[in-house]
Amino acid sequence: MVIDQLPSINDVKKLTTGIEGFDLISLGGLPIGRTTLVSGTAGSGKSVLAAQFLAEGIRQWNQSGVLVTFEEHPEDIRLNMASLGWDIPTWEAEGKWVFVDASPVYDEDSVVAGSYDLSALLVRIQHAIHKIQASRVAIDSLGAIFSQFQEVRIIRLELLRIATAMKSLKVTTVMTSEREQEYGHIARFGVEEFVADNVVILRNSLDEQIRHRTIEILKFRGTYHHKGEYPFTVVPGEGIVVVPLIAIKLNQQSSELRVTSGNSMLDTMCGGGIFRDSIILVSGATGTGKTLMVTEFIAGGYSQGERCLLLAFEESREQLYRNAKGWGIDYEKMEQSGALKIISTYPENATLEDHLATIKRQIENFKPNRLALDSISALERITTSKGFREFVIGIASFVKAHQVASLFTSTTPDLIGGKSVTDAHISTLTDSIVLLRYVEAQEQIRRAITVLKMRGSMHEKLIREFTIDGQGLHIGEPFGVDTHVLSGNQKI
Amino acid sequence: MGKYHLKLYITGQTPRSENAIRNLREICTENLDEKYEIEIIDILEHPQLAEDERILATPTLIKSLPPPLRRLIGDLSETEKVLFGLDIRPCKM
Repeated sequence: MVIDQLPSINDVKKLTTGIEGFDLISLGGLPIGRTTLVSGTAGSGKSVLAAQFLAEGIRQWNQSGVLVTFEEHPEDIRLNMASLGWDIPTWEAEGKWVFVDASPVYDEDSVVAGSYDLSALLVRIQHAIHKIQASRVAIDSLGAIFSQFQEVRIIRLELLRIATAMKSLKVTTVMTSEREQEYGHIARFGVEEFVADNVVILRNSLDEQIRHRTIEILKFRGTYHHKGEYPFTVVPGEGIVVVPLIAIKLNQQSSELRVTSGNSMLDTMCGGGIFRDSIILVSGATGTGKTLMVTEFIAGGYSQGERCLLLAFEESREQLYRNAKGWGIDYEKMEQSGALKIISTYPENATLEDHLATIKRQIENFKPNRLALDSISALERITTSKGFREFVIGIASFVKAHQVASLFTSTTPDLIGGKSVTDAHISTLTDSIVLLRYVEAQEQIRRAITVLKMRGSMHEKLIREFTIDGQGLHIGEPFGVDTHVLSGNQKI
Repeated sequence: MGKYHLKLYITGQTPRSENAIRNLREICTENLDEKYEIEIIDILEHPQLAEDERILATPTLIKSLPPPLRRLIGDLSETEKVLFGLDIRPCKM
């Protein structure tokens, strides 16, 4: 979607929420002065989103917020949100956060004896807004008020009055509501969506036995947004992080600057090194030398004084140390110098969304010049093919935006030949592809290397033989004619 | 038996608020002799009091004494429910 080409309906201004990724898919945030309904099943992250809307306002722009709670007690919310790194008591003390406690009073019997309305609620919300000059309000969650008061008619009227009052006070409001199914009615009581100008749906669905959280903007009255479901994750110390996929611009500025791959012959094959902001995919069967190529890539960066981040999903730190040592490279010393950081974790330790969020944090904090991920195919087994593709897009766009020279390895399932689902998924997103293959030649298994693709540069198209020994990876002469590395046959 | 302490929370001088005040006074006069105190709180003027008592609906009547604490919602037009809610046995049947 190209924003520039849309007809201008800029009357509806938006408030940047500060929730990572959400401002991208919403094309700028939530419509200012309006009410947005956030609907989702139990455990879909509604309460976190509501609280985060306020927390980011305070943290990033010093905008005060009011949290109207119908369900949980403020004490519980303070405690729960502390685990996300939000210090609500301090904000309360500073007059930036106020609770309107509308949670049920269980310790008293209450009797309905005549007609009533819920105007006290509105008075309390208005009072809280004035008290701290709030510009953001979150109401969590409407379902509980429907169980406190039986008369749907009264509640609907009251919600409408609240939405109208918020508009006239020019505060931007998020209201959460339960829904019973991931795909079905927007909200349980069927009235919530009529109150709100905008509807956002959170889902927490089981997809091929893997939990998959997504967020979808269903409608924004009078303004544009990206359509469809976007994955998100809840990061400790941070909250909701939306992975914006198509909203990411893939045409980041590309660098003409070349850096070494760590292997001088490979640099030559690539036309003089790899681009600083490019992603190389090294594809090969098990044992072809992918991890060695990673080691040389890291050592090459280190020797140039670059900061290197190694994400290992297949081997422990000790194994990596040992492997590298076998090739005369001392990871331990490099880590002690602070220029190398190795993170070794099992893919199954977290969801792919969590891994992505962690990797982003590491890149932001460590600020590496180069990144090696060994192997990206290990991550494929913990998610669906759609989830995997989203992950690859997410990480590819992120490392490019941060100008991190990256090398991803991918293990092909076949020993000979090179069919791989993984490759098909990610090959379009990577700038360069290096194939490492076994070939049968003269009754021997030999290794072949070729540069399949090198975006933006000339590269050698030859298929060369290479060998591995204690010194590393040695790329030799091209195989003779009639080499069929991709299909695995070598006819001699 | 000790005095009844009754607080009636209303939102502005609406017909419903006035009904509630009138209904409460009638019920008290008829059933509680002189043994009651009524405090009427307009939350438009004292929103913080509504916050402290966590009032959502108005009118709300809170009986703080004698125990137990009781909360009644509505304009108190349903006399029998009011008497039941306040644990008062009606004088006139």
